[in-house]
Amino acid sequence: MSKSRKAAALLIALAAGPVSAQAPAPAEDAPAAVRPLGLGRPALPEEVAAWNMDVSPDGTGLPEGSGDVMTGEEIYLEHCAACHGDFAEGLDNWPSLAGGEGTLDREDPEKTIGSYWPHLSTVWDYVHHSMPFGNARILTPDEVYAITAYLLYSNDLVEEDFVLSKDNFTQVRLPNAQGFIEDDRPQTEYPVFSVEPCMENCKDSVEITMHASVLDVTPGGEDAGAAEDAPAQAGID
Amino acid sequence: MTDRPGTTSRRAFMRAGLAASVALPAAVSAARGQGAPDPLITEVQDWARYSGEGVDATPYGLPIRFESDVIRRNVSWLTADTISSINFTPIHQLDGTITPAGCAFERHHSGAIELAKPDYRLMINGLVDRELVFTYEDLERFPRTQGVYFCECAANSGMEWAGAQLNGSQFTHGMIHNMEYVGVSLKTLLAEAGVRPEGKWIFVEGADASSNGRSIPIEKAMDDVMVAFKANGEALRMEHGYPARLVVPGWEGNLWVKWLRRIEVTAGPVESREETSKYTDTLANGISRKWTWVMDAKSVVTAPSPQVGITHGPGPLVITGLAWSGRGAITRVDVSVDGGRNWTTARLAQPGVPKAMTRFYLDHVWDGEEMLLQSRAVDETGYVQPTKNALREIRGENSVYHNNGIQTWWIKKDGSAENVEVS
Repeated sequence: MSKSRKAAALLIALAAGPVSAQAPAPAEDAPAAVRPLGLGRPALPEEVAAWNMDVSPDGTGLPEGSGDVMTGEEIYLEHCAACHGDFAEGLDNWPSLAGGEGTLDREDPEKTIGSYWPHLSTVWDYVHHSMPFGNARILTPDEVYAITAYLLYSNDLVEEDFVLSKDNFTQVRLPNAQGFIEDDRPQTEYPVFSVEPCMENCKDSVEITMHASVLDVTPGGEDAGAAEDAPAQAGID
Repeated sequence: MTDRPGTTSRRAFMRAGLAASVALPAAVSAARGQGAPDPLITEVQDWARYSGEGVDATPYGLPIRFESDVIRRNVSWLTADTISSINFTPIHQLDGTITPAGCAFERHHSGAIELAKPDYRLMINGLVDRELVFTYEDLERFPRTQGVYFCECAANSGMEWAGAQLNGSQFTHGMIHNMEYVGVSLKTLLAEAGVRPEGKWIFVEGADASSNGRSIPIEKAMDDVMVAFKANGEALRMEHGYPARLVVPGWEGNLWVKWLRRIEVTAGPVESREETSKYTDTLANGISRKWTWVMDAKSVVTAPSPQVGITHGPGPLVITGLAWSGRGAITRVDVSVDGGRNWTTARLAQPGVPKAMTRFYLDHVWDGEEMLLQSRAVDETGYVQPTKNALREIRGENSVYHNNGIQTWWIKKDGSAENVEVS
């Protein structure tokens, strides 16, 4: 290390404050630095509380509160129904939140809270954090409990007198809770697809089996307007 | 502007250019003749006579107007509105590997937000020794790292699961970009907070209304994840997460949280909306895979392709495309012109870079007959990009995400092209 680089390192250390002055990291090892540099400041409890909103399947993160189905319906109709429909059936391309039971192993499964979502905590978390769309985080915890209760009711999972609260939250089980496995590509696909491929005369014949022009849904084409009937969803919403 | 010398005669220039391009298809033989002298050569052109624009004309430049069709495009029927939606990189018109930020695809869940550096805060909380808040200035004082990585939406090619649907590599494969990032290793930031032994996951979220929270195992967080604030040498664009986003090399784009505001160290996954109801992969039996983070090896011929057919007739033809793998470097790309009966190993423009795009070329002599163009990527693990039917045999047709199957373009005798599937 040259003299000038030493001086530069010293300057950086001084600028970084007392912690890094105790343990200046040589520039060469910089990316691997694991010792604290003393940057940033402690997060205040109020700040952590303001942003630490996420709710986990075991109920971690749920605030105190409760809400019933009927109250939830009122709030839902005011804030949610314009996109998701009065009965959570979904309007236009906006997601449906109810229905679809028994469709997961059929063509074009309908994935809703009742048919697909594994955890109720996800509903609470998402509604609380990200809804209503375009005006997020206006709902109080009690209102979120109520909407969540209404969505359970819309999916025929609770009766109309049901009250959801922090205390009974984790007792609710969604139907598809057991419907997920961890990524198994390393076992089911990688061995199959990691074989030296054929280079010559790999098939007897080749026929075209499908044309994109049949659907004609490409934007900018002469008939792109014909794509009004969305042919296939791509999980984008 | 319209009265400047040179502008009125641009029309003449366009006419001349048009005439030249019309003449080209006739000039297919190796020994091409020129009937009359080319006025573009024999006549002094305006741009050779008059002065051009001064250095103050464009403090920050856009592409020249002749390239105005090289733009991101939306597929309007995909989503209910453009706020929570996606657009597509014009990969059919780009070359090399770096995606210009101005046409690199965007995916927002509650729109692209304007977040100024002075208003930026990044919090690390949860199972750490010190819960911390960083300003943007703080981020710039940490030791920096740099890397080129592709960012591919898990839904890229998702509309093609049930069959050929969209005509153009922009639409079938354009939910991807490849940029050179500069930022701070996430492990450096986590070390600043001190991860406790019981911290096995992180939960990351953005400052926008959707927050787009995602859970990531601590092993990945401590490996190559970075908090980036520069892309392709300049500040991130608003639509790509200005002033700071997460870069999760090789893993699906939804994890690359933009406008990153919080990193929580947790004991388990949060199972947020984006990792349960979305970004999970339903198999034929109705069971769904979750935590399918890795983007497997994939490639596509970007040109010729439906949006960029062959206009020059038979003879020398550059067949080119992109290949990438979330599991390492691309080591080989094979190209077939007969729908997968026979394959020729293409030329890689540069050696493959792990978790970044690789450009390939096949210098072909087109005989003017129909072609069924395909490309097939191989990565350093030995994984070979499968056919779409091979994927369907394992996964069924109800998947949305992670379609990395081989793409086929049907090149017709007139040089136009269509998205097809073959036996």
